[in-house]
Amino acid sequence: MLATILKRLLGAIPNLIGVIVVTFLLTRALPGDPAAFFAGPAGTAEAVEEIRVKLGLNKSLPEQFLLYVRDLSRGDWGNSLATGQSVLTELTTRLPASLELTLCGLVLAVVIAIPLGILAATRPGSWIDHLCRGIATAGVSLPTFFTGLLLAYIFYFLLGWAPSPLGRLDPYLSSPPTVTGFYLIDSLLVGDLDVFVGAAKQLILPAVTLALFVLAPLARMTRAAMLGVLSADFIRTARAAGLAPTTVLFTYAFRNALLPVMTTLGMVFSFLLGSNVLVEKVFAWPGIGSFAIEALVASDYAPVQGFVLTMALLYVFLNLAIDIAYGLVDPRMRIDQ
Amino acid sequence: MKSRTLLCATSILLACVPALSHAQDKKAETLIVANETGPNMLDIHGVGANRPSYGVAWLAYDRLMTYGRKKLANGVMSYDFAKLEPELAESWQVAKDGMSVTFKLRKGAKFHDGTPVTAKDVKWSYDRALAMGGFPAFQMKAGSLEKPEQFEAIDDSTFKVTFLRKDKMTMPDMAVPVASIYNSALALKNATKEDPWAATWLKNNTAGGGAYKVASYKPGQEIVYERFDDWKSGPLPKIKRVIQREVPSAGNRRALLAKGDIDMTYEMPPKDFAEMSQEKGNVKVASVPAENSMIYVGMNVTKPPFDNAKVRQAVAYVLPYDKMMQNAAYGRGMPLFGAKKPVTGNDWPTATPYVTDLAKAKALMKEAGMEAGFETTLSFDLGQGTVSEPMAILAQEALAQLNIKVAINKVPGANWRAALLKKDMPMTINRFGGWLNYPEYFFLWTYHGQNAVFNTMSYQNPAVDKLVDAARFEGDKKKYAQDVKGFIDIAYKEVPRIPVVQPMVDVAMQKNVQGYTYWFHLQPDYRQISKQ
Repeated sequence: MLATILKRLLGAIPNLIGVIVVTFLLTRALPGDPAAFFAGPAGTAEAVEEIRVKLGLNKSLPEQFLLYVRDLSRGDWGNSLATGQSVLTELTTRLPASLELTLCGLVLAVVIAIPLGILAATRPGSWIDHLCRGIATAGVSLPTFFTGLLLAYIFYFLLGWAPSPLGRLDPYLSSPPTVTGFYLIDSLLVGDLDVFVGAAKQLILPAVTLALFVLAPLARMTRAAMLGVLSADFIRTARAAGLAPTTVLFTYAFRNALLPVMTTLGMVFSFLLGSNVLVEKVFAWPGIGSFAIEALVASDYAPVQGFVLTMALLYVFLNLAIDIAYGLVDPRMRIDQ
Repeated sequence: MKSRTLLCATSILLACVPALSHAQDKKAETLIVANETGPNMLDIHGVGANRPSYGVAWLAYDRLMTYGRKKLANGVMSYDFAKLEPELAESWQVAKDGMSVTFKLRKGAKFHDGTPVTAKDVKWSYDRALAMGGFPAFQMKAGSLEKPEQFEAIDDSTFKVTFLRKDKMTMPDMAVPVASIYNSALALKNATKEDPWAATWLKNNTAGGGAYKVASYKPGQEIVYERFDDWKSGPLPKIKRVIQREVPSAGNRRALLAKGDIDMTYEMPPKDFAEMSQEKGNVKVASVPAENSMIYVGMNVTKPPFDNAKVRQAVAYVLPYDKMMQNAAYGRGMPLFGAKKPVTGNDWPTATPYVTDLAKAKALMKEAGMEAGFETTLSFDLGQGTVSEPMAILAQEALAQLNIKVAINKVPGANWRAALLKKDMPMTINRFGGWLNYPEYFFLWTYHGQNAVFNTMSYQNPAVDKLVDAARFEGDKKKYAQDVKGFIDIAYKEVPRIPVVQPMVDVAMQKNVQGYTYWFHLQPDYRQISKQ
């Protein structure tokens, strides 16, 4: 098992090299001139040149690339010009915020989508099937920023149930000491219930927004996979052999239907991480998505490269985790075979 | 099941109760502000420091002098450009020949870490502003503060600045945020050989002695200020703690304000401010026309047919000014068109005589031999899109009446500066404002033959240059007004740029927030604010 994991990780290295080269070239191909942007409102032509030299942008592309790789190998991911911070600190403070939100949204989606999918599959054509279809269609066709704004309008502005959409914590509370970067975990580690409740309350609306969006693929995939499996021969055999309906449903059918659902889950997760920018904007969430977008708008090379690289790394680990999980669910899929 | 959810909800509610009552105590002396963007660094001298970082310099650092305050006609407080007041300097004396000034530093003034402020710190800070290059150096030079030799620490509490020339902008330039005083000992402790001015360390740390200390700073999220109780350079601020968060969605900021969850917000679309100022609720809007600033349509005189003044005048006579005021700016601004009286030279920005007059515009096009019209492109910065986009569409519609076919080009914010520098856009909608409130300073940037980046029209006219240069160093008030009238008259007759509106600086806040003051750098100054 360990050997296979190592082999997989080694196999990811060429991918990462490719990612580094491509993002480097792509960021350079972006329109716009970072030197002109950062010369500020009083930027004369000379001031822009001065800044270009300061940033090393006057060097040739291969030279810039070598410098970039050299810094990278030393663990220096460069500095973000727009936020003035080192990219690595930015990413390490922002990634947990995004991860916490995405995971909460995903867990919520799974908790709702899977039972919904199973129920819809066992009773096709019933009201619950229609409900599943309705929720899924609504969730996927409403853009997240719209759902976000709508939820904030109803539950915060009109009803006043939800806390103010002011980021990860109420301004009067101070963030817990950073251990994992997940406020829910960090606050429990120091036993600060106020902060835990505060952080959880702030999470509700954005997590629901995200969950609504990913509910559709998950529920539909569960339903389709379950329908396929339920009509398979081995289920008929199990039923004929007189096994209890719940045993048939969960031990045999669901376990077999889980593979496509897990694949979807992996895809949805990685997709969410990068693309929940709009939710982050609406709820003032200091996540990685809005950071990347702002960097792109400012032609700020280092954070864009850092963001893509982080995402590539995440994908590598995520795919590995899912492949391992496959093996656990279905012995035929073990990766060491 | 039901009882369990109820139990769950009750326990959550119970857990909130102590947090709530705790919060109530803090509320009166805490100010919560939400803005679109926060500072990207804590050092105004740093490369790429953004506008909100000027606000950090203003609060966490002191300057030798500051400006006085005055009440405007609409009841809003504003800084007073004409009045310099002591801040870190207790007093100053301009030499008899008018070629130097000597400052006496305030006794007992301390930096946040307790070290006393000395003239050496002032000298180091001014040297730093020049040495860091780029914007800070440029701003210093705008006041003829160009060489380190000009700055001299005579003893611990005496600081002398020698003037290069008699420039009326020298003294006011020492009260702008760039001229902040840094704690040189603390900064030097964190400097390295490659970084002698501690630029890296000061990005995330402050070394100041201003009224507020930076208690916590999370770039892209929030900055929290705490009052510096030992502050001597002015009356102690009433607000003890300021939390400034970044909330990008304007709609949410409006909701937060209406619900009373934040105390103040800046940077909303004009439509929201227009609506909020009408609503009867807990919110009030303070509006001041932004000094020395305008939104305009510029025509590049190097791109025919805009080299022809008649064509430019024709465009100036066809723009639908009233619609632009109503549908683009939502009435939030002073109209800069349709003046009935001639330019006096005493006030700036001042309105042009142009009004929408299709017949006149058509006649001018005929005179220019351009009846058949032409094709052109109108560009604007997407970052200013809320106002510029409707303006561009209105202009496009109107210009079609002169057979001028306009393509609209939206330039993303990051590329705008680079596009301006290239100076190849035939028509632009842009906004410019000058810090130092003098018309000749505005013209130096926007009409002068040195062709600075904001002369988006590439307009060059020796007659204007001469008048602008003369006004800058003119001591006599009458002659000065004549010079100013002279260059404004030429600029409005030749009309390479068509002024449309002087925008408003709007701030929305809770009704119990008192003491808001408008400052030229447009950043919030919490030192004068109180909550009732």
